Amino acid sequence: MSQDALSKLLASRDWLMADGATGTNLFNMGLESGEPPEFWNTDKPDNIRSLYRNAVNAGSDIFLTNTFGGNASRLKLHAAQGRVRELNRVGAALGREIADASGRVVVVAGSVGPTGEIFEPMGTLTHRVAVEMFHEQAEGLKDGGVDVLWVETMSAPEEYAAAAEAAALAGMPWCGTMSFDTAGRTMMGMTSSAMAEMVEKLANPPIAFGANCGVGASDLMRTVLGFAAIGSARPLIAKGNAGIPKYHDGHIHYDGTPELMGEYAVLARDAGVRIIGGCCGTMPEHLAAMRKALENTPKGPLPTPEDITAKLGAFSSASDGTGDTSGDPKRERRNRRG
Amino acid sequence: MADDEIILADLSDDELVMQMHDDLYDGLKEEIEEGVNLLISRGWTPYDTLTKALVAGMTIVGADFRDGILFVPEVLLAANAMKGGMFILKPLLIATGAPRMGKMVIGTVKGDIHDIGKNLVGMMMEGAGFEVRDLGINNSVEKYLAALEEEKPDILGMSALLTTTMPYMKVVIDTMKEKGMREDYIVLVGGAPLNEEFSKAIGADAYCRDAAVAVETAKALVLRKHNQLTA
Repeated sequence: MSQDALSKLLASRDWLMADGATGTNLFNMGLESGEPPEFWNTDKPDNIRSLYRNAVNAGSDIFLTNTFGGNASRLKLHAAQGRVRELNRVGAALGREIADASGRVVVVAGSVGPTGEIFEPMGTLTHRVAVEMFHEQAEGLKDGGVDVLWVETMSAPEEYAAAAEAAALAGMPWCGTMSFDTAGRTMMGMTSSAMAEMVEKLANPPIAFGANCGVGASDLMRTVLGFAAIGSARPLIAKGNAGIPKYHDGHIHYDGTPELMGEYAVLARDAGVRIIGGCCGTMPEHLAAMRKALENTPKGPLPTPEDITAKLGAFSSASDGTGDTSGDPKRERRNRRG
Repeated sequence: MADDEIILADLSDDELVMQMHDDLYDGLKEEIEEGVNLLISRGWTPYDTLTKALVAGMTIVGADFRDGILFVPEVLLAANAMKGGMFILKPLLIATGAPRMGKMVIGTVKGDIHDIGKNLVGMMMEGAGFEVRDLGINNSVEKYLAALEEEKPDILGMSALLTTTMPYMKVVIDTMKEKGMREDYIVLVGGAPLNEEFSKAIGADAYCRDAAVAVETAKALVLRKHNQLTA
């Protein structure tokens, strides 16, 4: 069986560098807040080429396509639910073009973000509909020539599993990360260790799994330590934000410096992460600093939480949400009823 | 379960209220509806039923959500149970002219589909006795302004979950300033990528980290606003 491009690259290298922000970069090119970035795949293809090329030139081995919100549920906001296949195909094809022209092996990863809907019984989304939506998007990305599907910023384990099933239907290799932004857990309450365990139980497990976005680089590294503690043999992914968003003169600016992101990249590698990138606020200059730090810093020991806070700043919450008692109500309960 | 089944009707008022707090915590909608009906049938005012049974119960849920003990799925179930109780109480509250905390218009900004946080805030605000008009997701500045004109609320709440949509909050606030109506409202903002500094920079009155904080902030700011008006 012929190996996919990402697995081949992973087999030949200790670590790979992924890309940085999509939204933050597109804003700087004039994207209006509230407008869907995916429209630019067809309306301003040169901007999307620049986005991809900047990541490649800064040293990324993998970059994600501009298709994060390219599912029917999200495109429906802009009455574009009929353009799923097209917008994903074009966003992917532009990526293929840039990767093939780079003169080295660069993996094009088809970004698949959450639907934004909540699963039954709390919400209305069913497993069947979620799989259908992800499958439709996956086929578009496949048509455009991505090497791998890249599921990201997930909160709900059900949605992650639906994306896994859709990848199988499309016959595509995939990677998948979740966003741990709520007291160390995902918004839906999943811990890092629970995710590591869930991934191994999937019928179609990803090539690599990990965390993206969330709250700054420190918190993301704490999540990574949670994965590492489980000791999964599957490659880990870290794509952290370049600090915390600040607002300056009409622009969103993330306060993490290129130097800080360089420190973060080295810490992630020392924690055993194989695929290291950034998320919101991570610009080409951050990526260049990360690449340089990764190449020039010898591998160190597994970082401790103290190492992380000393280099990257304080965590946003006291605990990472794992542990025996954090999920249980503290107060005394009366009789439980069925 | 027959042996340890609790018969709500057999409980004293105090025990029933305690049980309702637990049932809210566990998201048991039918039990909450039964509890509300029982209290009303025992002569409780709709307002006391709301505040002592439901609001007090949701305050516990809110505190544990704030402290990272409960997460979104549990809170959604609790809020759904609360809604069941509110559905019974709402007409009774209006009929009895119960005191109102204030009114809020709330919505997720243009381009953003996420409404989990916004729904939680809406439900917790209702739980705290506020009247809430929910504009849903994907709201343009025009839709926000039309709702403000129509409802004349005390508070405008805006939510965004994406880096690409959060600056739109500033568009709305700037437009309110242009029209000279910014000072007529308390503007609260929230959502995962936001922070206090961002809310100040765009000219909001406060950033609310979660639904529990939103309720506390709304209560404090509405009180301050009313004091200013009477001063």
